[in-house]
Amino acid sequence: MKKVITIIRKEWSEVFINRMVVMTIIFMPLLFTALPLIILYTTRNAGMSEYSSDMPAQLMKLCPQELTGGECFQVYLVNQFIILFMMMPLIIPVNIAAYSIVGEKTQRSLEPLLATPITTVELLLGKNLAAVIPAVLATWVSFIIFAIGVVILAQNSHVASALLDSKWLLAIFIASPLMAVLSVNFSLMVSSRVNDPRVAEQLSTVVILPLLALFFGQIAGLIFINKMVILLMIGLLVFLDIVAIYLAVHLFQRETILTRWKSI
Amino acid sequence: MITTENLTKKFAEKIAVDRLNLHVKEGEVFGFLGPNGAGKTTTVRMLTCLISPTSGSAKVNGLDVRSHAMQIRKITGILTETPGLYENLSAERNLEIFASLYEIKNPQEQIEKYLRLLGLWDQRRDPAATFSKGMKQKLAIARALIHEPKIVFLDEPTSALDPEAARLVRDFIAGLRQEGRTIFLCTHNLDEADRLCDRIALFKSYLLTVDTPANLRATVFGRKIVIHLRENPPHLAQSLQSISGIKNIKPVDNKLVISLEDPEKINPLIIRALVENSADIQFVGELRHSLEDVYLQLINQKSSEQE
Ligand SMILES: Nc1ncnc2c1ncn2[C@@H]1O[C@H](COP(=O)(O)OP(=O)(O)O)[C@@H](O)[C@H]1O
Ligand SMILES: [Mg+2]
Repeated sequence: MKKVITIIRKEWSEVFINRMVVMTIIFMPLLFTALPLIILYTTRNAGMSEYSSDMPAQLMKLCPQELTGGECFQVYLVNQFIILFMMMPLIIPVNIAAYSIVGEKTQRSLEPLLATPITTVELLLGKNLAAVIPAVLATWVSFIIFAIGVVILAQNSHVASALLDSKWLLAIFIASPLMAVLSVNFSLMVSSRVNDPRVAEQLSTVVILPLLALFFGQIAGLIFINKMVILLMIGLLVFLDIVAIYLAVHLFQRETILTRWKSI
Repeated sequence: MITTENLTKKFAEKIAVDRLNLHVKEGEVFGFLGPNGAGKTTTVRMLTCLISPTSGSAKVNGLDVRSHAMQIRKITGILTETPGLYENLSAERNLEIFASLYEIKNPQEQIEKYLRLLGLWDQRRDPAATFSKGMKQKLAIARALIHEPKIVFLDEPTSALDPEAARLVRDFIAGLRQEGRTIFLCTHNLDEADRLCDRIALFKSYLLTVDTPANLRATVFGRKIVIHLRENPPHLAQSLQSISGIKNIKPVDNKLVISLEDPEKINPLIIRALVENSADIQFVGELRHSLEDVYLQLINQKSSEQE
């Protein structure tokens, strides 16, 4: 475990020098926390209730009965943005992993590293945690700030509890770490094939496409994210994580790195 | 210390290392000499358990490379072909990472020892990116030695350096041998191999020969002396015919080039015979072939044998 920590610290001291990475880790959480809070704040006046007649009946059914039409619309609107929180565990690891792997490749620093008594699993675990920990922390901290904001800004406790319901807690506290693991291993695989961190990043951001589909699907009214959808998502993520980790371990064998990785 | 038996590595259809048999003794500086693409790096990677052999076997300190990779990595140090430093991190931080991965008990002491030894102590806080090529190479050497490995692999330690930096690195390697470490030195620089190595293997995918630098010269070309004379009439050469141990006498201008077995014993007889024949001897010297001649001769010989 000591070696894993060494790798994590090494990754951090290398990656956090990079301005792009630091910006992503600071600004994305700020933006994604501020957006839904601003919307919540600006829609809190009661005048909203007149829109209730325009609400899709299906949506009304999803709202708890204590909510007025206006409040339900408000919850619906803010909900659209909560899904953006899950961009963080997908994008932050891509950033860190892409710079880390491509950095090792351009510096040719993997060979001396692989010549030390470290196991493939320790090395991979170090690289994984170095990317997953900041991503998950950023997501959780942002959500907690958001939750505090909701409690302060929401006009009543019904709205607050509707916004902080169990499906979002599941999504943030369980699905997010799983997403981060998927994302880091995916970008690890991509980075092993390309030599430019920006290209690696762009290719790796493919992982956010399913999430965007969910986001727009919800806006378009095609999908209603409920607890069932989140649970299904968690199940799918567990499966994808296992596949991704399996492939990454294979890709992280010494021989593979030294003889198959596309070199500079 | 290192033994290989028919060690072979194939990449797809290309055979990079072909049935290599080596025996490196403890405490020697073993030169692994071959042109670019000979398979030196591939061999070192197999011996440091970075890639696995296609066939054959290798033992390092009695441990099999296939089954004891972890133990081998603990007792070997490697200077890879490119320094491979973390450029944005300081010299000290670079070493700290490796000290920790090797689980050294007294990391700070070891780091200070090697940074001072290699003259990098004052720059220990500077990022490696600001270093010259020679300094980077020295830092990479420090990294290879930080855990006091029994066996050190140096892959072309001076090939990317200017002559001055190369000399510093060479002097440092010469110092290492005093400490009784086994050193496996890959190089395509004949002069370097000649100066630093106890024994040299000539290698180009397959092993051509292994011997000490002096023996290599002697076995390939035999020993030769050259005698400079004021004048060189033909009868002088004839007067030497009767001396046993002389293999060949070749008059060239004012010189006699003589191939012989044992110059320490025969030279006095030759000189006496020449003086008796009233020759005026100006100089007597041994004709030394460079290792380069040996190398080219052997490589050509082998390739013509193969045709
Ligand atoms: N990963 C690889 N894939 C295919 N061929 C390789 C690989 N690594 C080395 N080779 C080939 O093996 C031969 C030996 O290479 P190398 O060991 O690097 O030689 P040297 O270090 O003596 O210059 C070369 O012809 C090289 O092209
Ligand atoms: Mg090489």
